[in-house]
Amino acid sequence: MSELSVNHLLGIKYITQEDIDLIFKTADHFKEVINRPIKKVPSLRDITIANLFFENSTRTKLSFELAEKRLSADVINFSAAASSVKKGETLIDTVNNILSMKVDMVVMRHPNPGAGVFLSKHIKASIINAGDGAHEHPTQALLDSYSIKERLGEVAGKNVVIVGDILHSRVALSNIYALKLQGANVKICGPKTLIPKYIESLGVEVELDLRKALEWCDVANMLRVQNERMDISYFPSTREYRQQYGVSKDLLDSLNKEIVIMHPGPINRGVEITSDVADSGQSIILDQVQNGVAVRMAVIYLLASKIK
Amino acid sequence: MSQKVLLNATEVDIILNRLACQLIENHEDFTNTVLIGIQPRGIYLAERIKRLLEESYDINNVSLGHLDITFYRDDFRRTEKTLEANKTKIDFVVENKKVVFIDDVLYTGRSINAALSAIQSFGRPEEVELLCLIDRRFSRHLPIQPDYRGRQVDAINEERVLVNWAENEGKDSVYVVNK
Repeated sequence: MSELSVNHLLGIKYITQEDIDLIFKTADHFKEVINRPIKKVPSLRDITIANLFFENSTRTKLSFELAEKRLSADVINFSAAASSVKKGETLIDTVNNILSMKVDMVVMRHPNPGAGVFLSKHIKASIINAGDGAHEHPTQALLDSYSIKERLGEVAGKNVVIVGDILHSRVALSNIYALKLQGANVKICGPKTLIPKYIESLGVEVELDLRKALEWCDVANMLRVQNERMDISYFPSTREYRQQYGVSKDLLDSLNKEIVIMHPGPINRGVEITSDVADSGQSIILDQVQNGVAVRMAVIYLLASKIK
Repeated sequence: MSQKVLLNATEVDIILNRLACQLIENHEDFTNTVLIGIQPRGIYLAERIKRLLEESYDINNVSLGHLDITFYRDDFRRTEKTLEANKTKIDFVVENKKVVFIDDVLYTGRSINAALSAIQSFGRPEEVELLCLIDRRFSRHLPIQPDYRGRQVDAINEERVLVNWAENEGKDSVYVVNK
């Protein structure tokens, strides 16, 4: 097995355990590459990649762009705020216009769930989903699992709790798929209003008590409360959320073991985790960011090698 | 599949000793020289040369690294399969060092061309030399020649040269096989 089973990375749902193994194995090599004095390889010198961001992003966009440049791909960037989307152009038209400039691969973030899947049925280029609404964010889930593997040796058999706003989170869904695929045990923790009704059908357990969840887990992935996606009030106040679902150093120290703290960013310091937790030795938040470049290089490299 | 023995274990041993001596002639105590085995198959030859230098010729602390050239190859997207990488391990400084690339078979020269690009990511060597066990004559695609060669052979394109090592395949030997 030396090839991905898919031509696009639209979600973790569509890939296999073997795909994840191949991506991680390749990412190991790229991690070594990005620690060299010259952090660039010429593999993708004849590939052009368009980064289409129909929704705001800082680290994902930077991470993808860096990954593409370190592979020597030509990169064009597009953000919806400064484009003809505002003038009423459809998604397919926008993308086809860009593709007619001989673009081989598209990295897309879009507010609508399924935008990547939809696009993959209408265009020829290879597509990487960089987040589609509350659906999936596959590269984030891959880099999260990769970081867990790096820290704990393996993902299989580990207890992982995802804490926070599960309802609006594409990171949560992709992580659940990825972790289950690799044989981890997954629990979800958060206010009942922010947990989707049928989440258990994905094979995860719901735990409403944060302390119990933390005592059970090896890894806690803390998600941000996505205020910008909330049309109604899901909990009484930020202060109450912090009291119930915020992780502080005192809480961590009171557990009977040392757990690993993750966060996909951006952090609301003092809400889901306090500053001393974010900056502690238990936190692998900055490792996640560094691994993000290596994992994205692996995904881009493996997908690009299938473009003939 | 027909195969023909090109070198047996004794012949391989004699050649390795000669190559080690030739290296010593040019690099003396190896303080300013590093050996780089080219992945995937060159690393076994490189390990052997290092061991010989240390055990039979009392040269200590020979630096040996492994260089993977996958991401520098010129046939990305031109082959059916995805090119799979191997581990690169260079835990010393290459800048201003004399680098000796070591590979088992020199054929088209494209791997060495890629290795020349790859090594630049680690610094600017003072010079780069090439050592190979088997030099397939008249089959080069690029103007690349070895500085140290074990045995020169004439093999046609339909043939493959296979180098076996005791640590992997049970005994040292070199075969020419029909593809």
